[in-house]
Amino acid sequence: MTFRAKHLLGIEHLGPDEIVTLLDLADQYVDLNRRDVKHSEVLAGLTQINMFFENSTRTQASFELAGKRLGADVMNMAMQASSVKKGETLIDTALTLNAMHPDLLVVRHPHSGAVNLLAEKVNCAVLNAGDGRHEHPTQALLDALTIRRAKGRLHRLNVAICGDIAHSRVARSNILLLGKMENRIRLIGPTTLMPSQIGEFGVEVFDDMREGLKDVDVVMMLRLQRERMDGGFIPSEREYYHRYGLDPEKLSHAKPDAIVMHPGPMNRGVEIDGTLADDINRSVIQEQVEMGVAVRMAAMELLVSARRTQPEGVMV
Amino acid sequence: MTDILLTNARLIDPQAGTEFEGGLVTSNGKIKEVFTSGGKESDDAFRMRNPAATHVDCGGNYLAPGIVDIGVKVCEPGERHKESFRTAGRAAAAGGVTTIVTRPDTIPSIDTPETLEFAKQRGMDIAPLNIAPMAALTKERAGREMVEMGFLRDAGAVAFTDGDNVVANTKVLIRAMTYAKSLDALVMGHPQEPVLSQGAAVTSGKFASLRGLPAVSPMAERLGLERDLTLVEMTGVRYHADQLSTSLSLPALEKAKANGLDVTAGVSIHHLTLNELDVGDYRTFFKVKPPLRSEDDRLAMVEAVATGLIDVICSMHTPQDEESKRLPFEEAASGAVGLETLLPAALRLFHSGHLSLPALFRAMSYNPAQRLRLPSGRLEKSAPADLVLFDPNAPFVLDRFALHSKSKNTPFDGQRLQGRVLKTFVAGVEVFSK
Repeated sequence: MTFRAKHLLGIEHLGPDEIVTLLDLADQYVDLNRRDVKHSEVLAGLTQINMFFENSTRTQASFELAGKRLGADVMNMAMQASSVKKGETLIDTALTLNAMHPDLLVVRHPHSGAVNLLAEKVNCAVLNAGDGRHEHPTQALLDALTIRRAKGRLHRLNVAICGDIAHSRVARSNILLLGKMENRIRLIGPTTLMPSQIGEFGVEVFDDMREGLKDVDVVMMLRLQRERMDGGFIPSEREYYHRYGLDPEKLSHAKPDAIVMHPGPMNRGVEIDGTLADDINRSVIQEQVEMGVAVRMAAMELLVSARRTQPEGVMV
Repeated sequence: MTDILLTNARLIDPQAGTEFEGGLVTSNGKIKEVFTSGGKESDDAFRMRNPAATHVDCGGNYLAPGIVDIGVKVCEPGERHKESFRTAGRAAAAGGVTTIVTRPDTIPSIDTPETLEFAKQRGMDIAPLNIAPMAALTKERAGREMVEMGFLRDAGAVAFTDGDNVVANTKVLIRAMTYAKSLDALVMGHPQEPVLSQGAAVTSGKFASLRGLPAVSPMAERLGLERDLTLVEMTGVRYHADQLSTSLSLPALEKAKANGLDVTAGVSIHHLTLNELDVGDYRTFFKVKPPLRSEDDRLAMVEAVATGLIDVICSMHTPQDEESKRLPFEEAASGAVGLETLLPAALRLFHSGHLSLPALFRAMSYNPAQRLRLPSGRLEKSAPADLVLFDPNAPFVLDRFALHSKSKNTPFDGQRLQGRVLKTFVAGVEVFSK
């Protein structure tokens, strides 16, 4: 089993072998999660703390469930209502929690790099549950598992990532992961929502949906992150939907068996047609949620066992 | 005050662009005479003629005019926990800086003759070097009303600037520049389009996209510079751009100089020796304003110093306490200390073969002094005896906690540097000795 990482801060520092190891283990947890009794003792006696400095329902629930199914003691901290409001710095918060000897810290933060900073100050494994516009590694891993199960492989696929790339940590992690696994990546969206020099990431960039979706195997839609926009990236939501919203007509340019993905939560009628999102023949959006729990179980198990085997090792 | 006789030195004359072996003697705080070894008079004869002077054998090390650093933030008044005149003075002396040209972006801003006099007096009382204060261009650096420029000039302000608070209201800026022109005062601008650069932590591009950090295009600097230069053309004011950092700005500067505008520009040592990738995994000590640029830009700036298009190298010394840097990158404060590392970092450019020592001291001593009409920066008879003696080859690893500044936010922590200051003299008095 190959897994060297000390923390899961991003896809950037994972090797392809580590990604495969994690997805293989997650496959086993998918089976466990489909049984009547969904319980393991892998993390029994260990403490997992979920620190969310940004609102989250889905990701936090997924991490909580993953920890509980592995037998960990899970605590959720709503950081917006806590001592952060009293002026405590991120590092002090981290040190305070560290003193309570957690084994796993799951952190979401509105600022890029904040989880890296926190990981430098604690003794336990840190999982990035999304930091600013930087990375959201477990989302990319669950997307990868969903693709691998639907398509039977995770290489040499044409994958289109569509929409608000600029504000999306999901897009960054997916670009890194799919690139490491040797897929062809296309980014489709209005130029105002493309990060600068994104073409240098080994991707093809399109501003036309029909052209960009031609013959792709996977269509990943992104949520239009209205809350991260400081004004004026698109003229209106209806024009955005007209030009970039995924509907059956635009999808018809992709391969006939192309799958449709979305990290949620969806803005129906803004970036995706509601009926299409519910079409069980094309949409794997519900599977993505299911894979999320399994991938997070696998990630936590691997981080804990890497620490057990190499407590003082030089790990990234 | 005893006279000092310095012999066996390699002298750097930035004005003439030469290096030669010799020495000099000081008298009453000024350079009395410079001599060249192997000239018509021997070293011994020179010594015999100055029997009363304290003799310093420079051991073949380099002697240059002390550095005149434009744009030092001392943090007094208002934030003495970050830096005081005492600690800034020690850091400057240890770095071979003999004149600090202080910034007005303190709390409160230096925008009245009273605050300027306070800062200058405090500096002169406790810092063993020359203090040349700059004043704000507008009251409270708020960009609405010009300061009492006449009073401030009479109180000793060497230039007027709102620092990185760019005066966004062009009408206010035109009036301030027109008034400054009538006083023959120097206006220092921070070329930046203020709306574009708001909230930016790094330069836009591949690295910024990978790290997911709020970024600003280097074009924002060019936009700001082109606006300022247009207004300089309108008003005829003497203008200095505090820091240029991207090659995109250079054609506009070149054209303005060719058209005869009274314009000069500076660059910070950080933009000459570091690039955006040094930020690495969100290292906040590398967060400066404007943000670090690409390697191509860095090399273009070094080249612009070599050709003389860029006139001044400065440290942009900006102390920040640990708390303001131990934050997520976006939230962390900008700025780096630089008084003590300016010379060793600049020597990287000498060791890499990009700049000669006379060219470096032209940009660090002679040009800034000329621009501010200060008498220093020269190695000639009757110039102030502000001198730095240094060994350009001495290697060391920088430990930030060994710095004299109260704040330790240097991007060079743990890095190998080459070149140490051995002695610093201000007005003929030794203020630092290793």
